[in-house]
Amino acid sequence: MFGFMHGGGESAADGGSPALSAIEMLPIPQRLYLPLRQHAGYPSVPCVTVGQKVGKGEVIGRADVWGSVPLHAPTSGTVVAVTACPTGHPTGLTQLAVVIEPDGAERWSEAVQGMVDPLNAAPSLLREQIRAAGIVGLGDECFPSHLKLTPPRGKRVDLLLINGAECEPGLSVHERLMVERANEILSGIQIIMRIVSAKQCFIGIEQGKSAAIQAMTQAAWGVAGVRVQGVPAMRPHGVRQQLVAALTGKNLSLGARLLDRRLLVHNVSTACSIHDAVWRGRPLLSRVLTVAGGGIARPANLEALIGTPLRHLIDHCGGLQSGVDQLFLGGPLLGQAVNTQDVPVLKSSTAVLSFLPAAGVAKPQQPCIRCGRCVEACPMGLVPAEMARRVRKGQLMRVAELQLHDCTECGFCGFVCPSHIPLLDTFRYAKWVLQAEKWGRQPPSVGGGHALSERDGTAGEPAVVAPPAVVMAEAVAVREEVTVGSASGKGARAVRAAHAARAAKAAKASRDQAK
Amino acid sequence: MSQTNQLMKSSPHVHDGDSVTNVMEAVIWALMPATAMAVMIFGWTALLVIVITTLSCLVTEHLFLKLRQRPSAIADRSAALTGILLALTLPPHAPWWMCVAGGVFAILVGKQVYGGLGYNMFNPALIARVFLLISFPAQMTAWPPVTPLFSEQSYSLGDSIAIVMTGKVGAPELADAVSSATPLGQYRTETGLGKTVQEALGGGYGGYDEVRAAGGLIGGSLGETVRCWGRWGGGYLLRKKVITWHIPVSMLAGCLVPATIFWTYDPAHFPDPTFHLLTGGLIIGAFFMATDMVTSPITSKGQIIFGLGCGLLTYLIRTWSGYPEGVSFAVVIMNAVVPLIDQYTRPRVYGHMA
Ligand code: SF4
Ligand code: SF4
Repeated sequence: MFGFMHGGGESAADGGSPALSAIEMLPIPQRLYLPLRQHAGYPSVPCVTVGQKVGKGEVIGRADVWGSVPLHAPTSGTVVAVTACPTGHPTGLTQLAVVIEPDGAERWSEAVQGMVDPLNAAPSLLREQIRAAGIVGLGDECFPSHLKLTPPRGKRVDLLLINGAECEPGLSVHERLMVERANEILSGIQIIMRIVSAKQCFIGIEQGKSAAIQAMTQAAWGVAGVRVQGVPAMRPHGVRQQLVAALTGKNLSLGARLLDRRLLVHNVSTACSIHDAVWRGRPLLSRVLTVAGGGIARPANLEALIGTPLRHLIDHCGGLQSGVDQLFLGGPLLGQAVNTQDVPVLKSSTAVLSFLPAAGVAKPQQPCIRCGRCVEACPMGLVPAEMARRVRKGQLMRVAELQLHDCTECGFCGFVCPSHIPLLDTFRYAKWVLQAEKWGRQPPSVGGGHALSERDGTAGEPAVVAPPAVVMAEAVAVREEVTVGSASGKGARAVRAAHAARAAKAAKASRDQAK
Repeated sequence: MSQTNQLMKSSPHVHDGDSVTNVMEAVIWALMPATAMAVMIFGWTALLVIVITTLSCLVTEHLFLKLRQRPSAIADRSAALTGILLALTLPPHAPWWMCVAGGVFAILVGKQVYGGLGYNMFNPALIARVFLLISFPAQMTAWPPVTPLFSEQSYSLGDSIAIVMTGKVGAPELADAVSSATPLGQYRTETGLGKTVQEALGGGYGGYDEVRAAGGLIGGSLGETVRCWGRWGGGYLLRKKVITWHIPVSMLAGCLVPATIFWTYDPAHFPDPTFHLLTGGLIIGAFFMATDMVTSPITSKGQIIFGLGCGLLTYLIRTWSGYPEGVSFAVVIMNAVVPLIDQYTRPRVYGHMA
């Protein structure tokens, strides 16, 4: 009735953004570590042996089910190991990875072939080409793109929305891509429109990013059905609900299926890699990351091969400043803390951040003073303070009634809370517990993750733990009713239940410690 | 695999750097002009009242947390803030035992029995004022005339200590010090006897001078008197985004709109809205009392409803109840309905129907 706007903190959360530096190609590192699970759904299966020579773009991880995508060698070289390596998950758990020692020759594999006339090719061929190139959504979602491009029977897409906003504050990956590779992005958009037979496409770019708007408008000149549109610089547009609202005026809940409204959202970097895959046959071998934060000597936007250890990126940017004690893979609001620079760049990595201790992030928690800032900040219109209070009281069903499941885990509430309450952690915990209950597991405080997976007979599987982003993407996948064999499989369920158990344990441990 | 000594923590990894202590400090700073002005106008007694009240709040908070075996939280400044706010609601010659009783009550009954900061239902300073008002009506409504510091009427430091410490005015020449009434009180008493507003307050409100009222040169409690300076502090808080406009604006509107309506309808029996604005604790209440975060609604929509309620109740109490001034009662009553307001003013969750 009063028309109160809810929405993120504009640029307030910028974690020291690099001064719009042009994308630099990072030199090839000495070793590449390629975890086999880089996307939502089943991990790919290694199909190389130690000592084998691989060409650039050669498949090293097979995708056996339709819901998975293959993994490719980012450059030519020798496979030196197939072993466990750190992945940047907070538990410090490792997962199976192919380790390649590059030979520096950049010799392309013969298998790499572009399509001849893609704009007249059958959609199914295009989808297969995209899948074979290992393309996944390059936001945080890392959901296989060919699945998103396969509307279920009876659904169709009228309007394609292309997200030109950054996934998180402080990043400038998308902006640089639009400035430097506008034509490729446009070409990718045309392929997507061809596949889903969309008639119209809006490209949403934050107002104020005039260079990007100009470049994209120029590229879109004369392309039928494509329009560039400025959207208010309100974060997070990485959350597609906000983008949809800004571009179409439609207000969608997190659970709402975009396809029911005949909408499809992709982001600019995915469009760019689809162009490479279809026209040039290039698999997804590298990605652009922002390396920034007060702890980095020379912030930059780098194009790095998938599998490059963070150390290599950080050294290229002048190394960490002395006294730095925080390193994150991902943006300031959603990223994962990592405790070793050996963690490799994944397809889902958007940024490497490091802050000086002076950033003063960790302060002791104080009681909630009901200041209402979290309510103001929440882009989804939730009341974080109230939800957190209920979680603390153990009233999880009440939390669900407060629409906990609409929380996109954007982290804005925690960013503004003067009492330094770990609001987002509280919600993640509550979601895990609720999810575990839904799957009919025992209350998570009983028994550990191991016992659960043994009961399912999946104990033999490598210890694969999906980062929350992957779990989220899987949840999204289920909601979108895209048939992903693996996402509903027993294995995935066990992994998630194990997650819940682990989270509950950690929470209990910290409670015990607090006593 | 070399482990570096990076800290592990989960997102978000950035914070806007604010803290509860900062918020409380900002409010205290905002109160400083008003506090300084109160001391200027009423002299050393005012300073004594403020210091005694604040100290008793701090000591109570510290001792009680010790008893509960909790870390002392006086560093978060919330107890100090309560003390200053409470002092501003007291009469300038409040005896020391009343200051102490108020301070102890505010922290103990107003806050700690609920579980401390963040859990209390009522604004601690106001609940203590209400307690004092009901328990010691005579002392709480003894309004001395203004005695600006360094002016001829002002008391010496020694006299001031005597006034606050002995509870009565020591020197014989100070005997008439407790005789004046506040304009609100005068209006209530006299109109209660059947007089018109003009007769009650003097022709054309002669005895009551708007300029003097705005400047604070009219008797009343410490905070009531310095309303104009209070507004400055309020502006500072708005600019610093410590509080939002919703509560102050709606509270002023809630009181002044009905005042305007009734005054237009019958100016003989209802004083004009500027009278309501400039007398009593409306301004200080709207900016500092009702905006207490812990005891006000969490959403902006709820805050508007809350503010309107506070304003309206203030007007009702001032006009028809047995008390001349109603800001504290109004706010405390509205505090009690905050959970209800919160429940019905949740924002619409994105993409869901209302
Ligand atoms: S921002 Fe923090 S202190 Fe303020 S209401 Fe929300 S949870 Fe409470
Ligand atoms: S993390 Fe969830 S509750 Fe917090 S602001 Fe984001 S959507 Fe709202």
